[in-house]
Amino acid sequence: MLQAIISTMAAWVIPVFIFVTLVYAFAKKVDVFDTFVEGAQEGFSTSVRLIPFLVGMLVAIGVLRASGALDLLIAAATPLLTRLNVPGEVVPLAILRPISGSAALGITAEILHSRGPDSLLGRIASTMQGSTDTTLFVLTVYFGSVGIRHTRHALAAGLLADLAGMLAAVTICNMVFG
Amino acid sequence: MVNLIWFGMIFSGLVVAALTGRVDAVTGAVFSSAEKAVGIAFSLVSVMTFWLGMMKLIEKSGMIRWFVCILRPLANLLFPRVPKNHPAMHAILMNMSANLLGMGNAATPFGLKAMQELQTLNGNRTVASDEMCTFLAVNTSSLTLVPTTVVALRAATGSLNPTEIVGTTVLATLVAAVVAVTADRILRRFSYRR
Repeated sequence: MLQAIISTMAAWVIPVFIFVTLVYAFAKKVDVFDTFVEGAQEGFSTSVRLIPFLVGMLVAIGVLRASGALDLLIAAATPLLTRLNVPGEVVPLAILRPISGSAALGITAEILHSRGPDSLLGRIASTMQGSTDTTLFVLTVYFGSVGIRHTRHALAAGLLADLAGMLAAVTICNMVFG
Repeated sequence: MVNLIWFGMIFSGLVVAALTGRVDAVTGAVFSSAEKAVGIAFSLVSVMTFWLGMMKLIEKSGMIRWFVCILRPLANLLFPRVPKNHPAMHAILMNMSANLLGMGNAATPFGLKAMQELQTLNGNRTVASDEMCTFLAVNTSSLTLVPTTVVALRAATGSLNPTEIVGTTVLATLVAAVVAVTADRILRRFSYRR
């Protein structure tokens, strides 16, 4: 039932959103196409301005992964996180989630494949994946796009939120499914 | 902070690569990552262009008032100093709506737009304002009602009940968001501002 609702929603939300927006604007006698184009002008310049920030961050992540330094980091963090009840198998996910969205999704997919999506581990990994974001990426891109150099406490707050989200994912899943 | 992290990532990567004999792999990773980054930026061009066009329509037609109505209590609580009808507030509300509804690729364009508008309210162009930090904190906690990507992934891997994690996910994002906002409120007093 819920799945039907969600998959329907996932399929319909954007078309319905576009439909309502256009019909409403048309009814309000807005010049729909001219207005759309006016807003869309900024799209290219904003995206292109992100290239240096993206290249810098992705290269650093690439080096960290290819060199094996990330594996060392994961190995070092494992005893710490297992003490907080995080299962060893999801530690790589917990470490990678704030750093790289695609790598984290890859690990989640791997856990779901090998352990099964309906195992406790699969459920924990799914909840973790859905409940935290790629903090480092969001921060770099969002601040970079407007030229902010001093990000103050934003990174600390974001990483704390990630840690809280992960521990919450483990605890809640253990309570609900354990 | 970001300077230090960036330096630390590359420095430790290169040192580890040298010690473990993986220098070749690192050279390859540098350029394939750079290429991937440019690819991401260009794939963003299409969604940015489209959603910023839609955003203009939503603002000009007055439909933005619907979002303002629904999310205003939350927005007032989080961003008391952003004027209610400022474009920054509009973009923030659109970004939150997109995240809540699981409209993945729409959230980033609205978010970047929000940062641009918040920058016009910022006194110092190189230092993040309180509002920007709060906005980022809320954003990185990925508050959502429909975790579409994970549900799709679970269905694809043969789950008997792909959506059983929706409740736990929403609860966990809520915890993350509360921690993010609390941490932001406490840390902002200690963090450097000019």
